[in-house]
Amino acid sequence: MPLRLTALAAALMLAGSALAADRIKVGFVSTLSGPGAGLGVDIRDGFNLAMKQMGGKLGGIPAEVIIADDQQKPEVAQQISEKFLKKDKVDLMTGIVFSNIMLAVGPAVFESKTFYISANAGPSQYAGEQCNPFFFNVAWQNDNLHEAVGKVVQDKGFKNVVIVTPNYPGGKDAVSGFKRYYQGKVAEEVYTKLGQLDYAAELAQIRSIKPDALFFFLPGGMGINFVKQFVAAGLSRETQLFAPGFSADEDVIKAVGAPMMGMFNSSHWAHDMENAENKRFVAEFEKEYKRLPSLYASQGYDAALMMDAAVRDVKGKVEDKAALQKALEAKRFKSVRGDFRLNSNHYPVQNYYLRVIGKDGEGRITNRTMGTIFTNHADAYVAQCKMK
Amino acid sequence: MAFYRPAAWQKPLSLALLCALLALPTGLEALGQEFYIGFATRVLIFALAATSLNLVLGFGGMVSLGHAAFFGTGAYVAAICQQAGIAEALLAFPLAMAAAGLLALAVGAISLRTRGVYFIMITLAFAQMAYYLFVSARAWGGDDGLSLSRRMTLAGFSLASDTALFFAALAALAATMLLFGRLADARFGRALQAIRENETRMEALGYPVFRYRLVAFALGGALAGLAGALLANQTGLASPGLLQWTQSGTLLVMVIIGGVGYLYGGIVGAVVLLMLEETLVGFTEHWHIVLGLLLLGVVLFAPKGVAALFGKRHG
Amino acid sequence: MTQLLLEQALNGLQFGLMLFLLAAGLTLVFGIMDCINLAHGSLYMVGAYFVAAAAQAADSFWIGLGAGVAGAAVLGLLLEVTLFRRLYQRDHLSQVLATFALILIANEAVRLIWGPAPLMLNPPEALAGPVEIGNFFYPAYRLVIIAFGVAVAALLYLLVAKSRVGMWVRAGAANREMTEALGINVRALFTAVFVFGAALCALAGGLLGPLLAVQVGMGESVLILAFVVIIIGGIGSIRGALVGSLIVGTVDTLGRALLPTLLRAMLPADAASTLGPALASILIYLLMAGILFFKPQGLFPSRA
Repeated sequence: MPLRLTALAAALMLAGSALAADRIKVGFVSTLSGPGAGLGVDIRDGFNLAMKQMGGKLGGIPAEVIIADDQQKPEVAQQISEKFLKKDKVDLMTGIVFSNIMLAVGPAVFESKTFYISANAGPSQYAGEQCNPFFFNVAWQNDNLHEAVGKVVQDKGFKNVVIVTPNYPGGKDAVSGFKRYYQGKVAEEVYTKLGQLDYAAELAQIRSIKPDALFFFLPGGMGINFVKQFVAAGLSRETQLFAPGFSADEDVIKAVGAPMMGMFNSSHWAHDMENAENKRFVAEFEKEYKRLPSLYASQGYDAALMMDAAVRDVKGKVEDKAALQKALEAKRFKSVRGDFRLNSNHYPVQNYYLRVIGKDGEGRITNRTMGTIFTNHADAYVAQCKMK
Repeated sequence: MAFYRPAAWQKPLSLALLCALLALPTGLEALGQEFYIGFATRVLIFALAATSLNLVLGFGGMVSLGHAAFFGTGAYVAAICQQAGIAEALLAFPLAMAAAGLLALAVGAISLRTRGVYFIMITLAFAQMAYYLFVSARAWGGDDGLSLSRRMTLAGFSLASDTALFFAALAALAATMLLFGRLADARFGRALQAIRENETRMEALGYPVFRYRLVAFALGGALAGLAGALLANQTGLASPGLLQWTQSGTLLVMVIIGGVGYLYGGIVGAVVLLMLEETLVGFTEHWHIVLGLLLLGVVLFAPKGVAALFGKRHG
Repeated sequence: MTQLLLEQALNGLQFGLMLFLLAAGLTLVFGIMDCINLAHGSLYMVGAYFVAAAAQAADSFWIGLGAGVAGAAVLGLLLEVTLFRRLYQRDHLSQVLATFALILIANEAVRLIWGPAPLMLNPPEALAGPVEIGNFFYPAYRLVIIAFGVAVAALLYLLVAKSRVGMWVRAGAANREMTEALGINVRALFTAVFVFGAALCALAGGLLGPLLAVQVGMGESVLILAFVVIIIGGIGSIRGALVGSLIVGTVDTLGRALLPTLLRAMLPADAASTLGPALASILIYLLMAGILFFKPQGLFPSRA
C-alpha cells in the first residue's frame, strides 16, 4: 500500500512539474552602445515598461529578463546568444536592432528550437526563402516602410531622386523596397559604411547631382549626423527630404531639432494615434522616461505583450513548442498601433501612414500623422516562404 | 630577460595538466555545466594564439602589433575552405596555417628590415591593411564576416559537438607545446634568445640573424593561423574584428600577464585573462577597468608576468 | 564640377588639419620623450567628452570648448606626473602595454560616467548653416574648423621655430642628454609638452564632436592614422606632422570621393562603394611603406 501511494505521489509531482514552468526566462540582446544605441535603448525601455505594467510577469508567471549589449558587433551578439541558449537556457529571445546581426544570430537560435520575437529587425531572408517557424516579427518587414515612402514620392511627382543608405542587408532592403513603388528615375544610389558619421564627401557628390528629392535610410546616430550635415551644407533648400520612420523619429528629432521640420516620413505607428492602448502607452512612457516614445519603443512594448499573450494561452507550458507556436501565431493581444494580423511567414500585415515633422499643440517639434499610405499591406516575400 | 631553461618539475606537471584536461569534458557534463566546455575550448584556442605570439615576442624579442592579422587570416581561410566545399579539417587547417605562415613570411621579410618603433608601426600597418582587405571583400562577408554553416570534420569525425572540438583544440595546443619545448631547448631556440639579448654580438659571431628572426616570425604566424581556424569552427564566424590591432593588443596582454619568454607564458596568460573576464563580467559590466589596472600593475611592478613568480630564472 | 572638386579639396584640408592637431602632440611626445603613447586617442575621446559635457552644462559651445580643453590639460598633467614619467625610461613594449591598459580604463571610465550611448554636441547656432560665396556653398562650421587648424599650425610654427621654448623642444628632440647637460629643466619641459599635446587632442575632439559623434572608442580609429602621419612626417618634427597630415587627409578624402566613381565604371554600385573607402584606406598604408622605403626616418627627421 505505501509503495503504491509513494508511486502515486511521485507521479503527481512529475505531472505537476509538467503543468507550468516556475519562471519564464527571456534573453534580450540589443545594441545599447555606439551610434545605434538610441534604437536599442528605446526597444529596451518599451519592453521594460510593459513588463513593469504586467508586474514582472508573462502570462501570470514571474519572468526573468536578461539584458545584454551586442555593441552592434555580430561576433559579440553570437557569444551572448550562445550564453543565453546554452548556459541560461532562455525560453524566448528578443531585442536585436540590426538585420546583419539578426542573420548572424538566427541559425543557432532556431536550431535550439527557441522562439525569437523580433522587435525590430525584419530581414527579407526570414520573410521569404529562409522563413522559420521559430522566427516571429512584431514590427514590420524591412522593406515595408521604404515601400510606403516610395509610393509617396511617386504620388507627389518627384522625378530626380537620390537614395542614401548604409551598405548592409537592411540598407539593401530599403533600396529594393523603395524602388518597388517609386517608378521614376533614380539619379544615384549612394552606399555609405555602416556606422559612418562624416558625410562630407557624399554630400559634395549629391550637390553635384542636384536631385529634387532625397530618400535616405540611416538609422540612429548615422541619420542624425547626415541630416545635420545636409542642412549645414545648404542642400535642404533645393532638395526635399524623405525617410522611413526610422530616420525621423523622436531620437533623431531630439538631436537635430528645427532643421528637420517639413520632412516627410512613413510609419506603422505614431504617438498621436487615438486608440486607448496607445494613449495609455504614451502617457506612461512619458511619465516613466521623461521623453516621448519612438516607434522602436512601441515595438519593444508590443513584443512583451505578444509574449505575455502567448504564455497565457499555453498556461505557462513553454516547453510545448507546437502549442507555443500556435499561441504566438494567434496574436491575441491589442497592439498600440491598432489592429493587425500575422501573415503565414510570421510577419505583420498592417497599415502604413504618412507623417510630417512639425510643431504640435505644445510647441514641441514632433511627428504629425497626415494620412494613410497603405491599408493591410503585406510584405513582398511571403509567397517564397514554404512554411506550412 | 633571462634565458629559458626547463625546470625539473615541468614535465610531470605538464603530464598531470594534460590528464586533467582530458577528463575535463566528462567532469563538466557530470556537473551539468556543458556550457563551460565551449568556454574551455575558447581558452585553449587563445592559449595557442598567445603561445604563438610568445614565440615571436618572448623568445624572439620582436614587438609585433600585427599578430592578429595571422590569427584572423587563419579564421578566414577556414571559413573560405568550408564555403568552397572543403569540410575536412585535416585539409583546411594546414591550408589555414600555410596561408597565415606565408603572410607572416611576407610581412616579416619587409618589416624585419626595420628596427624599434618603426617595426612596431609597420607590423601595425600591415595588420590594418589585412583588415581593410578582408572587410572590403564582399564575397567574404565584408563587414559582417564569413559564417561557417557547420563545423568541420577531423579525420572523418564531426567536430559539431563541443566535446569533440575541445579535444581537437587540446591536441593542437599539446602538439604546439611539444614543438615549442623542443625548439626552445634546441640550437634554434637558444640562438633566437641570444639574438634577443644582443643582436650585434650574434651578428659578429656570424649568425644569420635576419633568417632566424624571419623563421620565428613565420612560424608564430602559422601557429596563430591554426588557432584562428579552430576559433572559426568554435564560433561559426570569421569576423574582421579578429584582424584589428586591438586584437593584437589583447594577445600581447595575455603574453605579458602570463610571462614573456616563459614556455607556458602564453597559456597562463590566456587562462588568467579569460577566467578574469568570465568571473568579473558577473560582477560588473565595467570589468575592463579592473583588467586595465591589473595590466598597469603588471607592467609597473611585475614586468616578467605571472609565470615568473613560479618559474626559476637561470643565467 | 569646380564646386565638387573645391568642396572635396576643402573637406580633405579640414580632415588633414584635425589630424594635425592629434599628430602634433603625438610626435612631440614620441620625439622628445621617446615614449609610444597608444592612449593618445583616448585623450582625444576624453577631451571630446569634457567639451560635450561642459557645452551641455553651460549651454554654449564656445564655453564648452574652452572648459573642455582646460579640463583635458589638467588630466594630462595628472597622467604625466603619476604614470608617464615612469615610462620614459622603460622599453617600448612596456610603454605599449601600459598605454594599452590606459585605453581599456579610459573607455570603461567614460562608459561608466556618461553611459554607453553617444553624447550630443551641437555646433553654435550661427554656424549651423552654409556659407555662400557667389555660387559656391560650404558648411560654415567646417570653415571654422579649418581656420582653427591653420591658427594652431601658425602658432606651433612660431613657438617651435621662433621662441626659446621651441628651441629647447627641438634640442630635446635631437639630443636629450646634451640638452640636460646645458642646464635646461628637462623634466618640466616634458610635462609641458605632454600637457600641450593633451590640450591639442581635446581641441580636435571638441571641434570634431558636432560633425562626428562623441562616443566610446572614438579614439582607436583615429589613433592609427595619427601614427601613420608621424611615421610619414618624421618622428619629432612638427613640420613633418603638418605635411604628413595634409597628405593623409587629402589622399583619404579624395580617395573616398573619387575612387567609387572610378570603380563604378567597372563594378556594381554597392561593391564600388565598399571597395572605394577600403582602397583609399589601404592607399595610405602603401604610401607610408613607400615613403619609408626611400626615407626610412620619414620626410623630416629631427634626430641627428
